[in-house]
Amino acid sequence: MSGVDRAPSQTAEVCVIGSGPAGALIASVLAGTGYDVVVLEAGPRFDFDSRPKRMERAIRPSHSNDSVWGMGGERDAFSASGEQYYPLNAARAKGVGGSTLRWQGMVMRLHEADFERRTRDGIGADWPLSYGDLRPYYARAEQELGVAGAADNPFAPPREEPTPLPAFPPSYSDAIFAEACERLGVTTHSVPNARNSERYDGRSACVGYGTCQPVCPSGAKYDASTHAEKAEREGARVIDRAPVKRLATDRSGTRVERAIYATPDGEHTQRARQFVVACGGIETPRLLLLSESEQHPNGLANSSGLVGRYFMDHLFAGMGGTLDRETRQNHIGFMTSETHQFYDEPGEGTSGAGGEVPAWKGNSRAEDLGPIKLEFLNYAGPSPVGSALGGEQWGDELLSSLQSEYGEHIAMGGLVGQLPRAENRIALDRNRTDDQGNPVPDIQWSIDGRTKRTLKRANEIQRAILEELGVEISWSVGPEETGPAYHHMGTTRMGTDPGESVVDTRLRTHDISNLTLASSSVFPTSGAMNPTLTIAALALKAAAHLDRDL
Amino acid sequence: MELTRRDALVAAVGTGVGVGGGGVALSITRSEPEEEASGSASAAGAGRKKGVDRELLATFVAVARAIYPSTLTGIEEFVRTYVAEQLGTDGEKTESRRTATRETASELDELAASWHDTSVVDLDPGTVATLLREIGVDIAEPDPSGTIAQRLRFHVVNELHYALYTSPTGGRLVGIENPIGHPGGTASYQQGPST
Repeated sequence: MSGVDRAPSQTAEVCVIGSGPAGALIASVLAGTGYDVVVLEAGPRFDFDSRPKRMERAIRPSHSNDSVWGMGGERDAFSASGEQYYPLNAARAKGVGGSTLRWQGMVMRLHEADFERRTRDGIGADWPLSYGDLRPYYARAEQELGVAGAADNPFAPPREEPTPLPAFPPSYSDAIFAEACERLGVTTHSVPNARNSERYDGRSACVGYGTCQPVCPSGAKYDASTHAEKAEREGARVIDRAPVKRLATDRSGTRVERAIYATPDGEHTQRARQFVVACGGIETPRLLLLSESEQHPNGLANSSGLVGRYFMDHLFAGMGGTLDRETRQNHIGFMTSETHQFYDEPGEGTSGAGGEVPAWKGNSRAEDLGPIKLEFLNYAGPSPVGSALGGEQWGDELLSSLQSEYGEHIAMGGLVGQLPRAENRIALDRNRTDDQGNPVPDIQWSIDGRTKRTLKRANEIQRAILEELGVEISWSVGPEETGPAYHHMGTTRMGTDPGESVVDTRLRTHDISNLTLASSSVFPTSGAMNPTLTIAALALKAAAHLDRDL
Repeated sequence: MELTRRDALVAAVGTGVGVGGGGVALSITRSEPEEEASGSASAAGAGRKKGVDRELLATFVAVARAIYPSTLTGIEEFVRTYVAEQLGTDGEKTESRRTATRETASELDELAASWHDTSVVDLDPGTVATLLREIGVDIAEPDPSGTIAQRLRFHVVNELHYALYTSPTGGRLVGIENPIGHPGGTASYQQGPST
């Protein structure tokens, strides 16, 4: 026996599967309302005091990136049979708090246009919700996560109230960028961060460890263990190391009756009135597919055949080099300035007193572009400790190298969103099983022409800004080199037509009346903003519906 | 530039060793040791500290003198304090790490005796640097269960470099007041270069 009680709750009204931001928020809200809630989390409960050691693991080259939060091995096995390899474990974590344990912590609202992509551009899919529908939940999500932001972004969608914390001031290198951007007519602004600029909600203000991704030792960066602990204080049970193997329905096949989960002490069955699957864009569809039965031969909630389909991610575009002066990088591990000027109008040019960002050459429907979010990095170039640990020198020779290597790097990043395409999907690989004997997820992924075109446009803008600065450009990441931002979206899409979607606007599955899916898996179209604030807003909306139903 | 005991303590805080009075405004609650670490085997926190033996500390100091920049002073106290905090605490993981480090250091000493007829702690820094290169530590991938070169790189050389270059003094040597791994606050990133 492990010494921890992982037996099912006998009186649970709500069973939440997954303790990332969606699951933890729903559990916290419903437990706070007085419901009997049990959370089943596949990974362990990490000791907060272990974080500095995890940081050391992240910095020292002898440890793999996956090992910081114990990822890898049979438990986390996966396949990637698509045209493009997908490194699934590179940026996810299993444990109380989910992948927010290692996320960057950027929290933007989607733009109004993101909800109307089909109507506006004739491509992708409209959301069955508008920005206005989600707006009050965005505001609440910002309070819950403790967002540090400012009202200086002229491209952001409308809002009524300020974020709960002031934005982090711009960095020295932001100021360098701002001057060049102004000369080109490009507007820069602050970044909303789920990171405490002041003490908030019992958590420390940021103390500048600089290792936000993959671990924040001070706890200043929000992670969902905050709400898992709140849920527990309200009476919920959070059972760790309890991967759910499948969901079973009642005889009618229209209600989930049981979640069958494994623990170190053996298999258990949890019953509840309402079930919430909040396992992200990969494990959510996988669990539904693993829950196939006679009544649901293609998997649970899959009468549309769309469970696992329309997998989307954001793609990274970047460019950088060196300047002839100090840029003061690597003091912190997060960004403080961006420009969303090219989000709704990615093809438009700009001009200022010093020059221009040229407009995109192609302007026909066939040459359309997606939204672009551009970032000014505060951690360009190598960090001294990283170079020291990986180098082949020491003593004065090493110091001399570090001094010449550090100080003048500068770079931009950016995100581009994929459109939903049915062939990009999460399926089961029935030839390979995990530590529970279940088929592993198979990520079938490719990058479409529009996304590649938009990456090229992002590079074009980045180059214009860096050249205006006088940067000696030494690297770029564009359509050929790009990789995912690990924002898994779209695999149980939301819609009003049960034949064309998996969940409705309440995040309830069309097929199963007591099954809610709270995850970025419900996004019909991705936009290009980091998804977690939208995940949190949707979770709060789902919690309100669940409260009414219960 | 002088390394201070504070450098060692804040570097140790960064790696999660329970140190109070590191001078950093962390709001994480950490247990205070009963007395501050002195770098000796009987250092801080009676009942919590196993201590690090004198020979191992001396080996770390000898290697640090060989691989740290020559402009640094205060190396001995810095290293003794840091290593005592890193390897001197109680617990299964630390015990295992301490044992592995001690075994690696003993092998280094054996090689010093074999190739230079004396203990590594009695060699001058230049000879220690040569010895490490002869073993291949400079080009070895750090690996706690690899060859002697890889283990020395992991347990000793990279431990010392991690301590130095995540400390304020080590950062300032390179030109960054708040190096990665050091909780130096959120002011320095906003500031331009000093004139």
